Amino acid sequence: MALTPDPAAVKEELLKQFPAKVARKRAKHIVETEGEAGQEIAANVRTIPGVISQRGCTYAGCKGVILGPTRDVLSITHGPIGCGYYSWLTRRNQTRTESDTDPNYMTYSLSTDMQEENIVFGGEAKLKDAIREAYATFKPPAIAIHSTCPVGLIGDDVHAVAREMKEELGINVFGFSCEGYRGVSQSAGHHIANNKIFTEVVSHEAPTQHFPVPEGKFKINLLGEYNIGGDAFVLEELFERCGISLVSTFCGNSTYESLAQARHVDLNLVMCHRSINYVATMLETSYGIPWAKVNFIGANQTAKSLRKVAAFFDDAELTAKVEQVIAEEMVKVDAAKSSIVPRTAGKSVMLFVGGSRAHHYQHLFKEIDMKILAAGYEFAHRDDYEGRDVIPNIKIDADNRNIEEIEVHKAEALYNDRSSPEAEERLKAIDGEGFAEYNGMMPEMEAGVLAIDDVSHYETEKLIELYKPDMVCCGIKEKYSIQKNGVASRQLHSYDYGGPYAGFAGAINFWKDIDMMVNARWWKLVKAPWDMPEDASAAEARMVTLS
Amino acid sequence: MLLRHTEADAPERKALTINPAKTCQPIGAMYAALGVHGCLPHSHGSQGCCSYHRSQLTRHYKEPVLAATSSFTEGSSVFGGQSNLLQAISNIFSIYDADVIAVHTTCLSETIGDDINQIVRKAKEDGLIPEGKYIFHANTPSYQGSQVTGFASMCKSMMDSFAEPADKPGDHIAIVPGWVEPADMREIRRIVEAFGVEVTLAPDTSGVLDTGLTGTSQYFPDGGTTIDELKACGSARTVISLGPSASGPAGRALESRCKVPCEVLELPIGLQGTDRFIQSLSVITGKPIPEQLKWERSRLVDLMSDMGQYFYGKSAALWGDPDQIVALSEFLCDLSMFPKYAVTGTPGKGFMKRMEKACENASGPCRYEEGQRADMHKMHSWIKADKPDVLIGGTHGKYIARDEDIPLVRHGFPILDRIGHQYFNTVGYTGGMRLAEQILNCFLDRQDRDAPEERFELVM
Repeated sequence: MALTPDPAAVKEELLKQFPAKVARKRAKHIVETEGEAGQEIAANVRTIPGVISQRGCTYAGCKGVILGPTRDVLSITHGPIGCGYYSWLTRRNQTRTESDTDPNYMTYSLSTDMQEENIVFGGEAKLKDAIREAYATFKPPAIAIHSTCPVGLIGDDVHAVAREMKEELGINVFGFSCEGYRGVSQSAGHHIANNKIFTEVVSHEAPTQHFPVPEGKFKINLLGEYNIGGDAFVLEELFERCGISLVSTFCGNSTYESLAQARHVDLNLVMCHRSINYVATMLETSYGIPWAKVNFIGANQTAKSLRKVAAFFDDAELTAKVEQVIAEEMVKVDAAKSSIVPRTAGKSVMLFVGGSRAHHYQHLFKEIDMKILAAGYEFAHRDDYEGRDVIPNIKIDADNRNIEEIEVHKAEALYNDRSSPEAEERLKAIDGEGFAEYNGMMPEMEAGVLAIDDVSHYETEKLIELYKPDMVCCGIKEKYSIQKNGVASRQLHSYDYGGPYAGFAGAINFWKDIDMMVNARWWKLVKAPWDMPEDASAAEARMVTLS
Repeated sequence: MLLRHTEADAPERKALTINPAKTCQPIGAMYAALGVHGCLPHSHGSQGCCSYHRSQLTRHYKEPVLAATSSFTEGSSVFGGQSNLLQAISNIFSIYDADVIAVHTTCLSETIGDDINQIVRKAKEDGLIPEGKYIFHANTPSYQGSQVTGFASMCKSMMDSFAEPADKPGDHIAIVPGWVEPADMREIRRIVEAFGVEVTLAPDTSGVLDTGLTGTSQYFPDGGTTIDELKACGSARTVISLGPSASGPAGRALESRCKVPCEVLELPIGLQGTDRFIQSLSVITGKPIPEQLKWERSRLVDLMSDMGQYFYGKSAALWGDPDQIVALSEFLCDLSMFPKYAVTGTPGKGFMKRMEKACENASGPCRYEEGQRADMHKMHSWIKADKPDVLIGGTHGKYIARDEDIPLVRHGFPILDRIGHQYFNTVGYTGGMRLAEQILNCFLDRQDRDAPEERFELVM
């Protein structure tokens, strides 16, 4: 492996080509880590126009990420056709209905397909008709309306339409003001979606709360797991084997009913902190359900996360069961690792993705002895880098103010504080994170690597040139540019259509895929034989073979 | 069932589109702009649009698709996107050193009424456009037309922005190739060059979206129509627009701007479509049809007759772009098949007339629709009532194919789950052979799969 260049020099090199103003801004997003807490990074601020960012929009975060995986909430996109079309089945959220006749709308894309006259004269009437028509075809338990850019500008009131249609159709109908321009990235859409899901579905004040209270001794929710490539299926099975009752997943493989039952658990586990911490906080405020940060990406992390659940409930039988499952799985994990590590040890990787994946996946790489050269999020906030302690110090800017902050109150009759100082101590003993705590990605990174927020295309290419990594993990837009350099790239949004990567089984899948990618024969064939330096004896040997 | 809520007698709709057979204008503008050498497409709107378009084009091509965005926030949506676009222009030229920026608008910037001409003038005044660099643009609000209209508008803008009128026409021919694959653009060039004339394809995505792996990445690959070539379109002997929907506006713009005679043809897909293209080339160049092309034609007809019995009387359902559907429909009829169903979300009454003509020789009844609710859900409900033998269209059709157990030939945009479309042409006689082979193999595979053991054939 080549010598790793000095990160300070790399940072300087990354900024060199930028106009002065851009360089000043970008410098704050690039941090040479010191391996401890307390470092500051700029995040969740506006993308600089023209730099070529990875980021998407508010609509994508709301409709695509949060609502996308719930199979029986019928999503209607209110806007021109594109947004609904691009978010049609492209996120690989898998779902499994209990019977062949249960509703599943995930294969459908519904849009009001706004035309110029709707922009000029308003689109509310068309939206109402579209909702009626959707109801006639699908008879869904709930309908969600997603606003695209022009909706907010022309002043269509999707919330008023939702109220009217709820009355008329007798089902739950709710709208999201998730116009693409509302935030600086898809993160704003997560927040907007969290708010409405809470008030319209999860809260006891939501319209439909007739669902039965779920059974189970150790009841939990898993928040921020979207069942990309079947991750949630792996985790569902794992919980079942441990005797843990998973009531609701937000939102992988979920249903309207499962989301509505979320308040009946004793503990919330938070996977993707960035996209779902709002729901976790609201459930805590309203009903006294504590939340703990977990991570089921990586074998050791999975074991740790299961132990956190066991530690919370502090039940001997559960603890024994969890330890037994971990022990059984670790046999397979160790076998896989010992066969793969000889081929991956010392290889290097950079990760620029998501709002939690760039952190979580570092564990998977470290477990097969790969070196992290740089990592960063696409749309995370400072707390995802620096830890939640920083939240009071984050400056509220105009872009954040656009997103509605809803007031959630203690639901007096239903409130039951399930946390206790003792339980918190038990959690802390495992990984230092108590209730509602997340220490972020940066303190966990080795000193002397780069944390880079909202990386640009230019920076990615420059980093490849300077670091010559064995692998770069990004998304679909970056994958093939990276690979043109002869460097492997695995998409960590869609897993290159593979996976699952969660849990113990997922870790093994991931390592096999990484082994394939970094050691693949095709990278060795990029240079044609006539472009290879050839010594005289090799040339002679070739001639001999031919004759 | 994957589409378990679709029924044969689906209720009529007047407001809701379900499973569209189209998408929005900007992605077409982006695809067209990628066919200009050294060009960075720029989306003037929220960054999500750009992200969605790049993602979808990348999934289709498995190639880098570079494009920038104005990254609107709420502030720019209220006060206008001028400052965002000016910043973007400055950054694109200094960071990526593009030769040219092709700006397209979005529903957002169109709704607030940003005037791109005025912003580009301001960029010039502010010295943001370096010497020898260019910006051109197309208005592509997502609430009009479809991806096809967006493609057409960006192609038209290439002519309006660059083509230079000439006193004396040159010998070369300009071709607006339509929304076809890079491999098709190569084939169109080969066919024209067989007549021994020079040709400019505008745009030309070959060498841009089908590049090789060499170990070096380039922001701007070697392919694409150069600005000099676009300028010289103004002195072309003739311009041929392939596909009235995607290419008509560009050809006609060149005609009215530079007096270059324009001929609009259907896409040269299949036998007769290619015949007409080649006859036109012969007339325009005054040269006889090259022996090579005659030979290729005879091979396609040979294939069609050899295997005719398997095509005869079979029906297809098609969805996608009007230019593709019309040309394919005619070819299906030539194969003694017929387009039983066709839907395109791209609006335009011309489609109905063109289909009527394309289906003149159909061996069965053809049902087709265009516009907002001519969507895949409606087509699926027709299919539920009465099945066709094959589906021909983009990848979204695989859900219908699986539910209804009908084979699918992937054609058009987008193809997200197979390769081949980037590499192997479907235009020209050679492309006709590939299409015929793809359709034929579906039928033969079905027969092999479904035949009782005693009727399982070795030779077919």
